[in-house]
Amino acid sequence: MFIIKYKKIFVLISAVLVTLSIASMIIFGLNLGIDFKGGSLLEIEYTSVRPEQEIIEDTIKPLGIGEMLIQPMEDNGYSIKTRDITDNERTNILESLGNDVTEKSFTSIGPSVGAELVRKSLISFILVSLGIIFWIAFSFRKVSKPVSSWKYGLIAIVSLIHDIIIPVGVFSILSHFSGVEVDTLFVVAILTILGLSVSDTIVVFDRIRENIRVGHFKTFEETVGRSINQVYIRSIATSSTVIIALLALVFFGPSSTKIFALMLTAGMFFGTYSSIFLASPLLVIVNNLQEKKVK
Amino acid sequence: MAKTRITALLILLLGVGLGIFVYKSEIRHRNLGPEATATGLAKYPFKLGLDLSGGTHLVYKADVSLIDSTELKDSMDALRDVIERRVNVFGVSEPIVQVQNGGFSNASEERLIVDLPGVTDVSKAIEMIGQTPMLDFRTENLNKDKPQEAKIGSDGKLVVQAPEPFIKTDLTGRFLDKAILEFNQSTGEAVVSLQFDAEGSLLFEKITKENIGKQVAIFLDGEPISVPTVNEAISGGKAQISGNFTPTEAKLLVGRLNSGALPVPISLISTQTIGPSLGTLATTAGVKAALIGFLAIALFLMIWYRLPGMIAVIALSMYVVIMLSLFKLVPVTLTAAGIAGFIISIGIAVDANVLIFERIKEELRSGADNIPDSIHHGFKRAWLSVRDSNISSIITAIILFWFGTSLIKGFALVFLIGVLISMISAISITRIFLYTLNIKKKNKLTSFLFGSGFSNAKTIIK
Repeated sequence: MFIIKYKKIFVLISAVLVTLSIASMIIFGLNLGIDFKGGSLLEIEYTSVRPEQEIIEDTIKPLGIGEMLIQPMEDNGYSIKTRDITDNERTNILESLGNDVTEKSFTSIGPSVGAELVRKSLISFILVSLGIIFWIAFSFRKVSKPVSSWKYGLIAIVSLIHDIIIPVGVFSILSHFSGVEVDTLFVVAILTILGLSVSDTIVVFDRIRENIRVGHFKTFEETVGRSINQVYIRSIATSSTVIIALLALVFFGPSSTKIFALMLTAGMFFGTYSSIFLASPLLVIVNNLQEKKVK
Repeated sequence: MAKTRITALLILLLGVGLGIFVYKSEIRHRNLGPEATATGLAKYPFKLGLDLSGGTHLVYKADVSLIDSTELKDSMDALRDVIERRVNVFGVSEPIVQVQNGGFSNASEERLIVDLPGVTDVSKAIEMIGQTPMLDFRTENLNKDKPQEAKIGSDGKLVVQAPEPFIKTDLTGRFLDKAILEFNQSTGEAVVSLQFDAEGSLLFEKITKENIGKQVAIFLDGEPISVPTVNEAISGGKAQISGNFTPTEAKLLVGRLNSGALPVPISLISTQTIGPSLGTLATTAGVKAALIGFLAIALFLMIWYRLPGMIAVIALSMYVVIMLSLFKLVPVTLTAAGIAGFIISIGIAVDANVLIFERIKEELRSGADNIPDSIHHGFKRAWLSVRDSNISSIITAIILFWFGTSLIKGFALVFLIGVLISMISAISITRIFLYTLNIKKKNKLTSFLFGSGFSNAKTIIK
């Protein structure tokens, strides 16, 4: 009942976090990586001491590559970002840099591939969202009193949106300060968060639905409150195991998946938070509004 | 009860067996010499994606503007064949050459994707692949059987030059209009019909006239693909190649000839090279994270859930072993994202167990008579929650798989298999083990064992 008593506060906290995240996205923007914009990324490593950045810039400039962004990588390397270059241009760059240099990785993405990825990502996002909306509507079709089934679906969607916006907001802050970019894994992370966090919300709603059916409690508000009491430990436990796995990835896993795992951790955390502290209070608020209208 | 116990034992044995399989097949494969062929267990190593093994990923766009839509598939398949043969010349282990058809998601571009694990000389690879297929006709070298002079070279070694069996003519694929698959009317044999253009017909007539009774070889990319004997001079530019072809061979030849005749120009639109050091780094880190994640979760389970927790750990180990075996047998190509997906699925696999245990706890707390009944009801009621909560993950995984690039596909497949197997292992394996223990009495000890977290034994027994 604790949660329901303070439902307004919790909903407010969520609203504040979402607003902050949106603000951060607008102010800081999101750095799109070459996966989406097209371009080239050449990662090199020097066997001994690496020269100063300006030297590298001066060496490459006469090759006619155009604008480039050079960033230091670890102790001995640099990452060189340019427009999408041909293989010849790549060998030219490597040759001009001398024998001391090994190429660690090279990615070159043509503009059409990049644009296609943007399109595919948007389509996947819409499809997953639709799929989830239908699934929730279907699984809650039999619940109609006191709150109708589609309202459950709607509230689940609201909490899902909350679950995505906050990690993206976190990411935009990260990307502003450390330059991490949006790549394919970012999109995968968002879609995975959609799938995982909705399951948590469903677990809570499941219990509410069952308690309504059994009719143990007198008011809707009490039903929701008690249901939360019954399941919150379970919710936290299930999320904890996934978060433990994700944290192992963040701290010990390959560098290419670190940001991915971090975003998923944020997503799981807020997913659980929203199931307990957002979705259910919203249910009660909606119900109260309904009752006020009838009166 | 005996039946349950036997089943439990069998499952344990299966788990151990699979574990040994996973371990041994990895070791045997590592111990193979570079030239050895893999037999038996060594045939099943983990298949690593490019970002873990190092290598090159190339995406080509095929310019199909000049090709009829009816011939599109055949042309692309022929193109794929040619490129694959060229790639094989490199001796790359397990190259992948795939056609990605234009479609809704692809901006209607026909694409060719070439994955070359372990290839570091990208420039050379691109150079060889980039050529359009070359078809030409050659005639017998009349001097090929003449004894050759053996000379002594400047370094004192014996030099014998074996003459080329065939010499080039002027007739190349440029002059071929098309090749068609036909069946000989009397013998029913599959033959390949050639149609040259005007200039080609003249050339062809000349060549056949001058080589009656001799062989004329058809070369594709410098390799002879057919060496028929000329029966008579052929004018009008129509010829039939018969050589005891099976219909499949003839169809393949038609495709290749057409690809030589109508080369599909390809342009490189995307490259990715990953150095081997980066790949090994990622693999080691991935394995490390997986181990640590597993141990951490196992610890959490045992401390929080005690006895059922230990059973969950056993079920979880079975889950990991089954997953690893599936990776080897299907096989599933593992990428860095795929390993991430696997680790996440370990977390989700536990989910199901947690749901069940919490439900069992509730049954106990609500004063059910005994433990087996609580277990029974707990499982029944929890199954619906498990199913519902996993379906959304399954929906996500399926859509990701459908629309993703190969990187995303790797993650989606691992994730999907993970969720499915985790449901099965939690519901069946955990349940069997719990029953096997056959704990009936509800006393302080068992209540503690079945309790969890901070809940005291007292709150369980009412």
